[in-house]
Amino acid sequence: MSIIKPSFKNTGFNKLCLSYCRLRSVSVDLNHDASLLIDIPDALCERDKVKFTVHTKTTLSSFQKPDFSVPRQHEDFIWLHDTLVETEDYAGLIIPPAPPKPDFDSPRDKMHKLGEGEATMTKEEYTKMKQELEAEYLAVFKKTVQVHEIFLQRLSSHPVLSKDRNFQIFLEYDQDLSVRRKNAKEMFGGFFKNMVKSADEVLISGVKEVDDFFEQEKTFLLDYYSKIKDSTAKAEKMTRAHKNIADDYIHISATLNSLAADDMTANKKNLEKLSDLFEKFRKVEGRVASDQDLKLTELLRYYMRDIQAAKDLLYRRARALADYENSNKALDKARLKSKDIPQAEEHQRQCLQKFDKLSESGKKELTSFKGRRVVAFRKNFIEMAELEIKHAKNSVALLQGCIELLKSN
Amino acid sequence: AQAGTPLFLVAQDLTLFCICVNVQSQPASLAAEDISTNSNGPKQDSLFDDDPEDLFAEATEEVSLDSPERDVLLSDGPSPAITPITPPTSVITPRIGHTHDDMFTHSSFDEIEEEEGGDSFDIHISVSDPEKVGEYMTSISLFKRNEFAVKRRFSDFLGLHSKLASKYLHIGYIVPPAPEKSIVGMTKVKVGKEDQSSNEFVEKRRSALERYLMRTVKHPILLKDPDVLQFLESSELPRAVSTQALSSAGLLRMVNKAADAVNKMTIKMNESDAWFEEKQQHFENLDVQLRKLHTSVESLVCHRKELSVNTAQFAKSAAMLGNSEDHTALSRALSQLAEVEEKIDQLHQDQANADFYLFSELLGDYVRLLTAVKGVFDHRMKTWQKWQDSQMLLQKKREAEAKLQFTNKPDKLQQAKDEIKELEGKVQQGERDFEQISKTIRKEVSRFEKERVKDFKTIIIKYLESLVQTQQQLIKYWEAFLPEAKAIS
Repeated sequence: MSIIKPSFKNTGFNKLCLSYCRLRSVSVDLNHDASLLIDIPDALCERDKVKFTVHTKTTLSSFQKPDFSVPRQHEDFIWLHDTLVETEDYAGLIIPPAPPKPDFDSPRDKMHKLGEGEATMTKEEYTKMKQELEAEYLAVFKKTVQVHEIFLQRLSSHPVLSKDRNFQIFLEYDQDLSVRRKNAKEMFGGFFKNMVKSADEVLISGVKEVDDFFEQEKTFLLDYYSKIKDSTAKAEKMTRAHKNIADDYIHISATLNSLAADDMTANKKNLEKLSDLFEKFRKVEGRVASDQDLKLTELLRYYMRDIQAAKDLLYRRARALADYENSNKALDKARLKSKDIPQAEEHQRQCLQKFDKLSESGKKELTSFKGRRVVAFRKNFIEMAELEIKHAKNSVALLQGCIELLKSN
Repeated sequence: AQAGTPLFLVAQDLTLFCICVNVQSQPASLAAEDISTNSNGPKQDSLFDDDPEDLFAEATEEVSLDSPERDVLLSDGPSPAITPITPPTSVITPRIGHTHDDMFTHSSFDEIEEEEGGDSFDIHISVSDPEKVGEYMTSISLFKRNEFAVKRRFSDFLGLHSKLASKYLHIGYIVPPAPEKSIVGMTKVKVGKEDQSSNEFVEKRRSALERYLMRTVKHPILLKDPDVLQFLESSELPRAVSTQALSSAGLLRMVNKAADAVNKMTIKMNESDAWFEEKQQHFENLDVQLRKLHTSVESLVCHRKELSVNTAQFAKSAAMLGNSEDHTALSRALSQLAEVEEKIDQLHQDQANADFYLFSELLGDYVRLLTAVKGVFDHRMKTWQKWQDSQMLLQKKREAEAKLQFTNKPDKLQQAKDEIKELEGKVQQGERDFEQISKTIRKEVSRFEKERVKDFKTIIIKYLESLVQTQQQLIKYWEAFLPEAKAIS
C-alpha cells in the first residue's frame, strides 16, 4: 500500500490506496513452466514514478534463492530489453516488445479540467467525477503493471532468453540497477535501436528474398502491421466514446437528484429512482468501456508491438543476407586480385553461417508467434463477448427494475 | 430577390405538413393521453401508410421541382393581409352548425372546470411527413367524423401560436410555445438537398409540430378556441404573415419584449399571496435544473453519435485486418467481429435518435414551456401594476377635484367628477382583472404541474424501454459472435 503525495494541483489525490489485483494477461498464460515463475504482485506509485515489485519463484539452481522479490523501475525493464536486442546471439529471435512507459497524462489532464470546472457542478457530481478519474488512473496503473509483467513472463517462458545472464541479474540483483543502466547506455548509445527504426522498411522490402516462407512472412507482416495499427487507433476511439457516455450519465444522475431534492410532490420518488438508475447504469457503461479497452484495444496494441518485434527479426535477417551477399562479392574480388583469399573465404563462411542460423531460428520463432497470436485473440475475443453479454444483461435488469418501479407508482 | 433583401423574406415555405386528427370520447377512467411523438426518428414511410382509415394516402400529389406549378408558387407576391383574429372568448359560445360531442356545448368556463373530473376526450393528433406541395388539399367534414386530415404549412403553425398567445397569455393562460424557426435548416430543405441532415431536420420539425399541437389541444380552453378549431378543420387557411422574421409585426414584438424586460425590473409588487412567490421561485429553480439536464442530455446525444461513427470506423478497420490475417479461422472471426460492430453501429444510431427525440426534446419542450409559465406570472405583475396605476391616478384626480371645489370653475369641476367616475370604473376593472388572472394562473399552474409529471413519466418510461431494447439487441449480437470466437483453432 502506498500514500500518494499530491502530484496534481487542487485535485486532492492525497490518498490513493493502490492495492493491485491481478488481471488476466493479454497473452496466453505464460506461467506454465513451474521452473521459473515470475509475477508482479504489487506496485507503488509515487509522483508518477512507478516502482514494480518483481517476484520470482524458481527451482533452477542458477538462482541463489528459490523465492525472492526485487523492486524495479520502468527504466530497468528498458535496459533489459535493449541489452537483449543488442545481443548478437539473439538476432534470430523475436525479442518481446519493451513495455511502454507508464503514461498518466490522460487522467492527470482530466483531473486538471475537473478542478477548473468544479464550481459548475454540485458537490455530489464533483465527487463522482473525481471517483471516475481515480478509477481511470487506477486502470492505467493496472495496465502498465500488466504489460511489464507480460514482458518478463515472455522471457521466462522462452527456452533461450530465459537463460540470459542479464535477465537473471534483473530478477535477482537486490541493489539498484541504475549504475548498470548508465554503463549500458554509454556502451551502446541506443545506436542499434535507432538504426532499426529508420531503416527496416526499406531494407526488408529491398532485399531479394530467397526463401518462400520468409517472402510470405514479409508480405504478411508489413501489411498486417499497418492494418493492426489502424485497428488499435479506431478501437481506442470507440472506447473513449463509451467512456464519455458514462460520464454524461453521471451528470444526468446528479441533476435528476437535484430535481428530486427540490420536488415536494409524489414525483420526488420517481426522480430519485431515476437518478439512482443512471448512477448504476453509468457504472456498467464504465465497465463496458474498460473491458473493451482491455480485451480489444490493449490486445490489438500489444500485438501491434509484437508484430514490430517480428519485423525487427526480419530486418536483422535481411541485414545478415545483405552481409552474406556482400561477403560473396568481396570473395569474388579477392579471387580476382588473388589477395587475402582465406580471410574472404572465412568471412563468407561466417556470414553464411550467421544467415542460416538466423533463418532457421527465425522460422521457428515466426511460426510459434503466429500460434501465440491466434490463441491470444481467441481467448480475448471470447472473454470480450462474454463480458459484453454479462454487462448487457445487468443493464437490462437495472432498466427493467426501474421501469417497473416507475409504472407501479 | 432585390439586392439587399434579406434571404428569409424571399424564401417561401413550400413544405406542407399533413395533420390527422382523431377525436374519440373516453369515459373518465380511460383517459390516457400520450403526448409523445409517434416515431423515434427519421422514417422512410409516411405516417399515413400505417393508417388504414386515412383517406388521403392515395390522394397526395407531388409537384416535382421542375414543374411549372412550382414557378407559379415561387413567384407568389407578398402574402395577403394578416387574418383577423377571432376575438378571445372568455365565455365559450357553442359552435353553430356542428353536431358535436358534449364538450362543445358547454357555455361557461366554470362549467368546463367541473367537467374535468368527468368524461375526457382522447384527441390524437399526428403530423405526417411533409411534402413539397404548394396547394392545399381539400379536407373532409368537420367533426361529424371522428377522424379527418388537413394540410398545413409550418408558418400556419406559427400563425396559430401567435394568435393564441396574443389572446390568452396576458390573461394568465399558459400557451404552449411553437417550435422555433431555423433558417439554416429550412434553406437546405428548400434547396432540395436530399441528404441525411436535411431528412433529420424535417423529421425534427415534424416531431416538434406534433408535440406542439398535442399540447395545445390538451389544454381544455385552447381546444375550444375558434382559431384552433379552424386550424384543425378548415380546408384552407389564409396565409399568416406575422411569422416572417423582421416583419413589422415581428419588430413590434421584439420591441415589446424589450420594454417588458425593463418593466419587470422596476415592478415591485406587494405580494399579498405567498403562493405566487413560492411558485415563481419553484419555476426559477426548475428552469435552472431542466436547462442543466438538457445540456447533459444533448451532450449524451452527441457522444452517442460519436460512438456510432467510431464503431463504424472500427468495423471497417477490423474487416481490413481480417482480410490481411493469414490464419484462416482467425481471419473469419475478425470478419465476423467487423459484422457485429457494424450492426452495433446501427444500434447506437437508433439509440441516439431515442436519446434525442424522447429525452432531449422532452427537456427542450419544457424549457420552452417554462418561459411561457414565467410569462404569465409577469403578466400578472403587469396587471397589478396597471391596477395600481389606475388607483394612483384616481387618487390624484380626487385631490385635484378637492382643490377645484374651492375655485369657481363649475365646468372644470364637472369634468373632474366625470374623470373620477371613469377612473373609479377603471380601478374596479383593474382589481377584477387582477383577481381573475390570479385565479386563472392558480388553475393553470396546477394543470401544468400535473401534466408535466405525467408527461415526464410517460416519456421517460418509453426512453428507458428504448435503452432496454438496445441492450437486448447487444446480447443477441454478442451471443451470436461467441461461437465464432470459440471456433478459432
